[in-house]
Amino acid sequence: MLAKRIIPCLDVKDGKVVKGVNFLELKDVGDPVACAVEYNRQGADEVVFLDIMASHEGRGTMVDVVRRTAEKVFIPLTVGGGIRTADDFHDLLRAGADKVSVNSAAVVNPSILSEAAYRFGNQCVVIAIDGKRVGTDDDPDSPRYGKSKFHVFTEGGRRDSGLDVVRWARKAESLGAGEILLTSMDTDGTKAGFDLEMLNAVCEAVSIPVIASGGGGSLESFVEVFEETNADAALAASIFHYGEYEVNDVKAALRAAHVPVR
Amino acid sequence: MIAVIDYGAGNIFSVKNALAFLGFEGKLTGNAADIRTADHLILPGVGAFPDAMRMLAERGLIEAIRTEAAAGKPLLGICLGMQILFERGFEFGETQGLGLIDGFVDKLEPPPGENLKIPHMGWDSMEVVNPTPVSRTVTNGDMVYFVHSYKAVTPRENISLLACYGQEVPALVFRGNVYGAQFHPEKSGDVGLNILRSFAEL
Repeated sequence: MLAKRIIPCLDVKDGKVVKGVNFLELKDVGDPVACAVEYNRQGADEVVFLDIMASHEGRGTMVDVVRRTAEKVFIPLTVGGGIRTADDFHDLLRAGADKVSVNSAAVVNPSILSEAAYRFGNQCVVIAIDGKRVGTDDDPDSPRYGKSKFHVFTEGGRRDSGLDVVRWARKAESLGAGEILLTSMDTDGTKAGFDLEMLNAVCEAVSIPVIASGGGGSLESFVEVFEETNADAALAASIFHYGEYEVNDVKAALRAAHVPVR
Repeated sequence: MIAVIDYGAGNIFSVKNALAFLGFEGKLTGNAADIRTADHLILPGVGAFPDAMRMLAERGLIEAIRTEAAAGKPLLGICLGMQILFERGFEFGETQGLGLIDGFVDKLEPPPGENLKIPHMGWDSMEVVNPTPVSRTVTNGDMVYFVHSYKAVTPRENISLLACYGQEVPALVFRGNVYGAQFHPEKSGDVGLNILRSFAEL
């Protein structure tokens, strides 16, 4: 049976992990390679590096981090942040990334998804969507009439693109995205649980895998997201960074709730 | 030396990294002479069946691979590299494969009424159908990482490890010295690394 995936995310800036990672027995808590090795040991199913600086100059640093990680960690690696062109995909995939996630650039220029899918295959194209509630859907013709309306935000959550999250997810799939990384800006950082309503809205609309992100702060929240939605994976950062739980603690809780995990 | 055949498809660096991590010398090569001198061959691949066969043909590698495999050299195809070991593929029309293992490759179709996502992507468990030297470290229920939309259709006697995704999905196939892994052993943690090591030690 296909396992539900647990994916720790590392925010990286200039080749260093941004939030101090609280791993016991780890000397350089700022080294993304060492952190990825540790997450692998804990049973992570995949690791995500998010380049939070993501300037053109910083790109080479991230490529180097990916290359060094891929020499030691033999689980899938995803890299995102500041991806602008299909050539950016090429550099990261060559360095050893398995998937590349693109966010703002795809909103501005959706053809980056089709170009990357054509050149490198759908399996490595992840559309990252930052969604936020902007009111209630008041279009009587909409299948979501009367329910929450979600907009896609770009530029690290600073700009409302005006795009509807569900429609954008469907369009990204049709252009060639192979997976959706769906972050709720309403629940991100709250540790109050994943945004089940937005996840369900997107999961019902697409047939590619969806990664839940934002709000995973307790063991129960991970059980809940897999019991209440059709999400394929859950991503979290701080719950693992600050050493509250190891990845395997989350998996033990899921196993106890009969959610299939590795 | 293990030749990791580079014919323009796939993330071949991960395979080479995994071999280096295990202490084996892997060489990325698109050269028929290297295929002849290598002790083992690994045929990676991501993409589509016809493109992979066309790229192998353009580089003049098909005969070299067939000849070495027939002479008993251990060969491991990975993902699409496993699929092209078969006689025929039906991705974008019918294409001849390398014909090293009996069977063909067809689209993964979820059974009616089952809401399964295609591609089959993620960690899935396997059961041992026929123990082989390459599968010797694997026990029932071990999980490996899959990403694919097509699957092999081959007699039971050619299947070493079997996964299930609404239907039977051959995970490790074999005939003699020729092996094919539908999953990515280079991305499947310790389970995958052990399988690669078993192959490299053949």
